[in-house]
Order: sequence, then C-alpha cells, then structure tokens
Amino acid sequence: MSLENSSSLGKDAWLRLKANRMAMLSLWVLVAMAVLSVVGPVLSPYSYDEQNLDRVFHGPCNEHLFGTDNLGRDLFTRATYGGRISLAVGLLATIVSLIIGVTYGMTAGYAGSKTDAWMMRSVDVLYSLPFTIFVILLMVLFGRNFLLLFLAIGAVEWLTMARITRAQTINLKKTEFIEAARALGYSHWRILFRHLLPNLVGPIIVYATLTVPSVMLLEAVLSFLGLGVQAPLSSWGSLIKEGADKMDAAPWLLFFPGIFFCMTLFALNFLGDGLRDALDPKSSKE
Amino acid sequence: MDKLEINDLRINFNTREGVIRAVEGVNITLNRGEVVGLVGESGSGKSVTCNSILQLLPSPPAKIESGSIKWKNKDLLKEQKVDMEVIRGKEISMVFQDPMSSLNPYLPVLDQVAEPLIIHGMASLPEARKKAGEMLLKVGVSRVAENPRAYPHEFSGGMRQRAMIAMALITQPSVLLADEPTTALDVTVQSKILCILKELCRDLQISVLFVSHDLGLVAELADRVIVMYRGKIVENNNTKSLFSNPKHPYVKALIACRPTLDSKITRLPTIADFMDEENNKIQKDEKLDLNPIHLDSEETLVEIKGLFVDFPSESGLIRAIDGINLKIRKGTTHGIVGESGSGKTTLGRAILQLVQPTAGQFYLNGNVVVFKSIRERKRFCKSMQIIFQDPYASLNPRLTVEQILTEPMIVHGIGKSRKERMTRAMEIMEEVGLDAGFLNRYPHQFSGGQRQRICVARALTTEPEFIVCDECVSAMDVSVQAQVLNLLKSLQVSRGLTYLFISHDLSVVKFMSDQIAVMQKGRIIENGTADQIYNDPQSKYTRALIDAVPKANCSLSHTY
Repeated sequence: MSLENSSSLGKDAWLRLKANRMAMLSLWVLVAMAVLSVVGPVLSPYSYDEQNLDRVFHGPCNEHLFGTDNLGRDLFTRATYGGRISLAVGLLATIVSLIIGVTYGMTAGYAGSKTDAWMMRSVDVLYSLPFTIFVILLMVLFGRNFLLLFLAIGAVEWLTMARITRAQTINLKKTEFIEAARALGYSHWRILFRHLLPNLVGPIIVYATLTVPSVMLLEAVLSFLGLGVQAPLSSWGSLIKEGADKMDAAPWLLFFPGIFFCMTLFALNFLGDGLRDALDPKSSKE
Repeated sequence: MDKLEINDLRINFNTREGVIRAVEGVNITLNRGEVVGLVGESGSGKSVTCNSILQLLPSPPAKIESGSIKWKNKDLLKEQKVDMEVIRGKEISMVFQDPMSSLNPYLPVLDQVAEPLIIHGMASLPEARKKAGEMLLKVGVSRVAENPRAYPHEFSGGMRQRAMIAMALITQPSVLLADEPTTALDVTVQSKILCILKELCRDLQISVLFVSHDLGLVAELADRVIVMYRGKIVENNNTKSLFSNPKHPYVKALIACRPTLDSKITRLPTIADFMDEENNKIQKDEKLDLNPIHLDSEETLVEIKGLFVDFPSESGLIRAIDGINLKIRKGTTHGIVGESGSGKTTLGRAILQLVQPTAGQFYLNGNVVVFKSIRERKRFCKSMQIIFQDPYASLNPRLTVEQILTEPMIVHGIGKSRKERMTRAMEIMEEVGLDAGFLNRYPHQFSGGQRQRICVARALTTEPEFIVCDECVSAMDVSVQAQVLNLLKSLQVSRGLTYLFISHDLSVVKFMSDQIAVMQKGRIIENGTADQIYNDPQSKYTRALIDAVPKANCSLSHTY
C-alpha cells in the first residue's frame, strides 16, 4: 500500500499523477507551450506586426520557420504571440467560469427549495440571452478591453458549470456521509468545502477541460466579429480563421497555428483525465 | 429426465487486481420438482453460480475455466447464443432481486407478463394476455383484472415481485432460478411471496434453485440446502439434517450467529468462534458469556413529545410521523420495528434534526433540545449521534480515517493538539476493534463490516450519550452483523450508552433491545418490553410481524 506514510490528499494525488505517463507528458507539453508563447516573440528577430511585402506567402524556410502570411509577417512570431492571448483567455476565462459556476451551483444545490429555484431560474434567463448581444453590450458599456474579453466569456461559460455542479451537489447532499456531517454538528462552510467540494472535483475538472477549447474558439468568433483581439494582434483562433481562408495558397498558415491549438487541447484533456483520477483516492491500485 | 446438473464448475474473474476465483469446483444436482436452497454470504459465489446457468455472466471479466452444466443432454455452457434464447424463459426462467427495476416502466404489467409466451411462440397475443391474467390472479395480483392497462409504478414492491414470478412461471418452465427474490421486501410481504412460490412450484412440478443469504428463509422453502463459502460448497444436505446436525464449522456458525426471537443471549457467536475452534477453546468459552447484563435505570435520557413530521409531495403534505411520544431510559436500548414506510427512519432523523419536524419537542436529560443557533446545535450534536445503514455511503471517500475521526474533535474542541487528537483516534479505533495502524487509509480500502466500525468510531469521537442506530446492520451478512451487534452491546456496557435501535428485522431488534416500539403508518401502535411484545403481542400487526420471521432455526439455536 502506497499510503502507509503519507496522509494528505494533495501529496497522494501528486504521486498518482506522476505515475500517469500520459498526464505527465501533457503537463510538460502545456508548460512548453506556455514557455514558447512567452519566450518565442522575444527571441524572434521579427515583431508580430512587422510587414515585409517582398516576402508575401513565403513557405517555411530558414529565415521564417513557419513561413509568412499575406502581408509578409513572420508566422512563428505571430503564432507564439497568439499563444499568449489564447492561453491567457482560455485559462483565465475558464478559471473565472469555474469560480462563479461552482460557487453558484453549490450554493443553489445545497440550499435547495426556494433559493435553488430562484437561482436556477435566473441562470435560465441568462442562458436565453444571445451571447453576442451580451458581449456587445459589455463592450459598449465598458469599452473594448482585453481583460473584459475573458470576463465576458467567463461570465457566459459559468452557466453550464453551475448546472453541472448543482446537479452533482443535489445527488451528494442525499448521501449519508453528508447527513453524518450534519449530525456531527459541522458548520455549513465545513460541509460545503471539506465534504462536498472534494467530491465534486471529478465532473468539474472534466467539464473545465472541455471549457478551455470552447473558450478559445469563442474568442476566435469574437475576434472575427471585431469584438475580440484586433489585427495586427493575433490569437490562435484568429490565425486559424485566416489560415482556413487561404488554405489553398498557403497551407502552412493553417497548419502551424492548428498544430499548436490541437496539441494544447489534447494535453489539456489528458491532464484533466489524469487529475480526475489522481484526486480520487479510490483509483489507487490496491 | 429433466435434471439440471452442474459439474465441477470453476469461474474466474479477471480484474485489474488480478484473478479472483469466484467459483471453485461446484457440483449441484437439481432433480425434477425439487427445491434446492443455495446459501452463502456476499462474495461466496452463489449468485455467480446461478447466473452462469443461463449464461448471464458478464464476460469479460468473468471467465468459465472448466466444468459443465448439463440440461437435457446438452451442455449449457457450450450452447450458442441463439439456442440459449430458446431455453431462457421457456425451459429455465429466472426471478431477480430488485422488483423495482426488473419491470419495464413503459409497458403495462399484463403485456410484460404475457411477453414470454409470445416470444417463444406458445400463444397468440389475445391468448397470451388471457393466460397472463389468469397467472397474475394465481400469484395474487388482482389489480390487473380490474385494469389491464396498469403500469408497474402503480404496484408496490411486493406486487411487482409477484408479477415477476408470474412472468417467470407463465411458460411453465421446468426450472426456476430465484436470485434473492425477497431480499428487498418487507418480512410480511416476504412470507406471502414465499408461500405463493412454494405452492405454485409444487403444483406445476417446477424445480427451484433458490439463492439467498438467509439460511432461515431457505429452510422454510427448500428440500435440500447447499451452503457455499468462498467459492466452494461446504455442505450439501437435506434441510432437516443440515439444521439438526451441521457438520462444517462455517454452517454451524451461520446457524448460530443469527439472533433468534426466543433465545436470550447477550452476545452473538461469530464465525471466528467456530472457525478457529482448535486453537483457542478456552477463549471461546469466555467470549460466549451468556450472563445477561442489567443496566436499566429509571432515569429518562431522551423524551419525545407530540412529534409530527410532514413531507411535501405533489398531492399536498404526506404525514410521515403522526404524533409520537416516547421515553428512552438511560443506558437502555429502545428498539423501533416497522415495515418500510412506517416512519421509523424519519423518527431517528427527526430526533437529530436531520429532517425538520412539523411539531414536537425533544428533551435530553430533561433539557429541551433546540437547534436554533449554531452553538446549541453543536452542544446537542455532541451528545447525540447516528449510525447509518449503508457503511459505503456514510464515509466521505476523499478523507482518510484519521481525518474522519479527528474532524469531529476539531469541530467540538476536543483535544488540544493534533497529537492528542491522534492518540484519542487511535484509542477509539482499538475500542471498536480496528488496528490503529489503519488510520491513514481511505474508506474504500476496508470491508463493509470494518467500515461500519469506522462509522461507530466516528460517532464515539464526540463522547455521545445517545446514539441512533438506523438499520445499521441491515445491509450486512449475518456473520458481520453478529460482530457489529456484539460491538454495539459491549460499547453500551463500557460507555453506558443509550441506543435508539431502528430495524425492520424483529429478531435483531429483539436481541438488542430492552424496550420495543412497533411503528405503523407514522404511529407507535405498541410499546413495551422486548419480552412483552414478543410473548404477548397486542395488535394484529405485531403478531403478523412476528409470524413472518423465518423460524426454522429457532429450535436449533441451543445446539451450539
């Protein structure tokens, strides 16, 4: 038994995660992706908006590792620079949606009865608001702002998270260990954070890993509508969009940002699965 | 002859943790018209054996290593899927444990009962419906005659199980396999269903393989009993001689460790008492101390006055508890018996304010119990605790045993340092009969019986005076049940605890309790000492409850 000496869940979880090769590989891929996004644009001799009209649609070569686009901008610089924005938007918006959604869902599910009904009906109302109109409204009210972008996305994505969390909370609330906790005189806070939340981790993590890619795609949609990242700034979403338009003439414009995007998503999914298993004490062998 | 013969059956389960030998060389012969009981505790391989007959095992992970199941000159294990479909339901049919989930909720019961006849081409639709209606009447389901379009949700569990039996018997099969068919039902319903099963099978000359964990129940029905233990048959004998002269120590233990209604002992014998007979004879005699202990005092610890509990439902309020007054004396056990839906569980939870009572007062040591502020809540939670039915669901899977046991101490400010709390947790672990070295394990690493001990340990951490035991041994095998009941009894003596012991099992309640209250429809209809209730039941309901308890082993309980 591997648990003879350690007793904290965090330590056990880390040991179990380390034993999961796919998850560890994914973790390193994500770290590499983040480092590349930060360091890449700095190392590159070109800047992300530097145009060179003599070298338009140039394929990958020694000077331009990933080739150039229709304005002769270096794709490597643009792709790594885009990684900064995509990763930041993806992760931060997911965290925002996670925090709001889990808190809201847990509160509604745990409180039950009328509070629950009111809270979930307001979620339904928010669901019915068209997303783009909601974002345009925000932009009009607060002006265009990078921070606002993922706040806006997070503020929409949390709705589903809240529903999932609420449903799980209601199921868990009926279990006898929660009743036992109440019978032992534990405070609501203790029950919520020590007994409910850890048991919600599985579905939350799985849903969060699904949220990151959908957020990145949303960002691309917004950028396309002129609400998100504006040219000459780049993000993976907008690069893929551009690349898809010019797929026949310059396939590398789609290929490289696409590879970055896919690798990140795969890594996130594997890491999510790994984390879910690692955080479940039952998954340890024996 | 129509004879079912299982020869040297071996079944393995290939799991992540390695190969589990579920069945190891089982031989069973089922003659025409014979009723054979297959008894064993969970994990003994009885259900696996039963399911393998109709090739119902999930494979993988199950793998049949060797052996044969002979039926009409065919080996059922080697039959193709298509050929099995002809045998299933027509020649050999089956009744499952859970009547709530074994009927399709979207089809009328009548059509479902008629379906086997149509599938096997034995009748046309109208003819099959007519036969199904007759069969349902035979098993005592009259509702379908009134309304042929009745759906399963309109039936109680007992009625659904009757319908299942009708469905299994409608094709007039030669063999009926019954896998714990009455385990999920109330005792009174159980005895009725057994009667029906017995009569019908005798009339129709059907052989029955009756799988159950309950030796007493099987004895009422079976001509012959086969006892399985860890994948092997340990004893195979006709019912009378098995009970009057059990040979294998495990069988002796199984017969002895179930509390009976008419014996007076303070400690139940356990499997261990019989299995290591040779090593410690002297210790065994010590353990089987039959001196009754008297702790009774006149002081009332818990008093309930005018308790009403209502639950909201679609059609208005449902009254779960309908005016209960109860006094529980210090150091005694007050048993609550009743069938499902009688409100006994709600009563236990209402006392601890896990459900909100509509009206009523609780007194603990003469003080009114109020749960208004968190401080009051804590104070009463400290002295009143509860142990639940399902030891699997009542421990947080994400916490170690140490965390589970020290958390109540942190909340209630018991023990100054972590070290002190650890020491106390270790003491309590030993008190409930667990190794203190288990503290840093997670709940899933324990067996059901051990988990229930952890639940008991957790309840003890706050040094309570009063513990509600809500069906706390109902989900357990008899041998484990005996251990947990003994533990509860010895803790009562050493700590002077007071219990409210809730169970549907009259014999268990009788064993544990000084006083017994019988509940029906949210009311206490009878309240008295355990002997009064048993020897001189006042109401018809109580008498029915007592009569329904399988008593085949009563006369033999003195033999060990």
